Amino acid sequence: MPEAISRETVAKVARLARLDLTDAEIERMTSQLAGMLDHFRDVDALDLSNVEPMNQPIPLTNVLRDDVVAPSLDRDEVLASAPAAQDGRFRVPPIIGFEE
Amino acid sequence: MAQRRTVVDIAAGVSSGALSASAVLEENLAAIGSREKEIHAFNLVTAERARERAAQIDTDVKAGKKVGRLAGVTIALKDNMCTRGVETTCSSKILAGWKPPYDATVVRRLADEGAVFVGKTNLDEFAMGSSTENSAFGPTRNPLDTSRVPGGSSGGSAAAVAAGFAAASFGSDTGGSIRQPAALCGLVGVKPTYGTVSRQGLIAFGSSLDQIGPFSSTVADSALLMEVIAGHDPLDSTSIPQPAPSLLNVLDQGVKGMRIGRITDMPEGSSPDVLARLEAAFEALRGAGAQIVDVKMPSMSFGLTAYYLVAPAEASSNLARFDGVRYGLRVDAKDLNAMYGATRAAGFGDEVKRRIMLGTYALSAGYYDAYYGKALKVRRLIADDFAKAYESCDAILTPTSPTVAFKFGDKTSNPLAMYLCDVFTIPTNLAGHAAMSVPFGTGEAGLPVGVQVLAPALGEAPMFRVAAELERNA
Repeated sequence: MPEAISRETVAKVARLARLDLTDAEIERMTSQLAGMLDHFRDVDALDLSNVEPMNQPIPLTNVLRDDVVAPSLDRDEVLASAPAAQDGRFRVPPIIGFEE
Repeated sequence: MAQRRTVVDIAAGVSSGALSASAVLEENLAAIGSREKEIHAFNLVTAERARERAAQIDTDVKAGKKVGRLAGVTIALKDNMCTRGVETTCSSKILAGWKPPYDATVVRRLADEGAVFVGKTNLDEFAMGSSTENSAFGPTRNPLDTSRVPGGSSGGSAAAVAAGFAAASFGSDTGGSIRQPAALCGLVGVKPTYGTVSRQGLIAFGSSLDQIGPFSSTVADSALLMEVIAGHDPLDSTSIPQPAPSLLNVLDQGVKGMRIGRITDMPEGSSPDVLARLEAAFEALRGAGAQIVDVKMPSMSFGLTAYYLVAPAEASSNLARFDGVRYGLRVDAKDLNAMYGATRAAGFGDEVKRRIMLGTYALSAGYYDAYYGKALKVRRLIADDFAKAYESCDAILTPTSPTVAFKFGDKTSNPLAMYLCDVFTIPTNLAGHAAMSVPFGTGEAGLPVGVQVLAPALGEAPMFRVAAELERNA
């Protein structure tokens, strides 16, 4: 089991999760996550060496369908609920070129 | 408390012309008018749409047209189910104002059978919580005692039925979010077998755990609602390819000869009033001819631990879609990455951020095997325990919640204390099995106690038999 979670790790995870946390939030999360991860040590009591991980409950195979054209969502209706749209597309801020 | 009509009575009355759908709806709207301010079951009441719909059904009945199995039945929907053109928020600021461009499959099936939608109900933000205190729009109060929580995360849906605002409602259950509020509000609440009810249009929290299910006043009502919503949906790739189960016709079969499991190593911490009702439930089933058998679930107490890694891991991935591009809130910033970070920071509440962080950490390089991978192995052990237990029994009884409804603020400062509310409900979701809560008398302060009936995957029919027997003896 890895050692207790550090403030730096929490800050890094926040960046991975695209969450701008305040310093106070990072402080609080560090202690709360440490508490939850500590709780998880309970499972060290179990022998898991020969156990297959279970990703989901029902045995599934790929679900395929014929590749035929069918009605889909109305574009204007979809874009009407977007924060910004232009020329039938979602509008977003610049993706590159503004790194500091 | 407003007089509550059952789904079965409304559907029969309206379709025969003996009862008017509009009159039924007005009773609910009157109850909403008198108590909704205090209860806050809804994020949105769609009174005008509902009135038009009810009037149309009454017109169809008069004209001799065929109406559906739920003609005139008033229904409230948890606000994480997509309703075309009607605001769907997940009780989160990040989705406030969003109008979905399509209906969830469950919503469409209910509408096709003549249901009348009364509104969208409050929940813990993105269904993360056990008290509905985590809603961005304020908590819901328990109609039976407004100083107490209704449970969660589907607290608004439970409160709506308990207060007589709708004949039935729908919630989603990822770790107990239907069963626990049903227990705390004195209702029947069903978590169907994973894959039985389509998840299409249910805004995902934990995709391998989530199921939609009904809240109702009676077991028969939930049986009818399940018959309508269950069954294969090609739009959900995890939907089991078989038709809805027949449940109404098993309710009178009794439990004679059935084997009911009692878990001898059940997790501790239930209050004595709840355990006393569980004992009474076993006695009632024994009296009705069932055989009570001891079963062991050695991994059950580890369910909570596994769940609080598996569910946040899936949530962190599902909630990545809320990025200010396609729907809901956007906080403008100089570039795309800055916009993502600022939007998500402003749009998500504390508990949601906490779970995204935990999930992202558990899935990140270097920690995956130690946390997420291990949690999935614990999940397997729990499924194996159930498989073994069901070799010797047809269903298992446990408490639904360790206590009756608790007071506001009792558990908000300690996330782990809140998580313990779901210790008996979570293992079912991990295994993907069926479970339901049935009201079975009262405990502390005269508040309702729910008994949980657990059944194996696709065991809805035996589960409803047991539930109906408990209801006859409650």
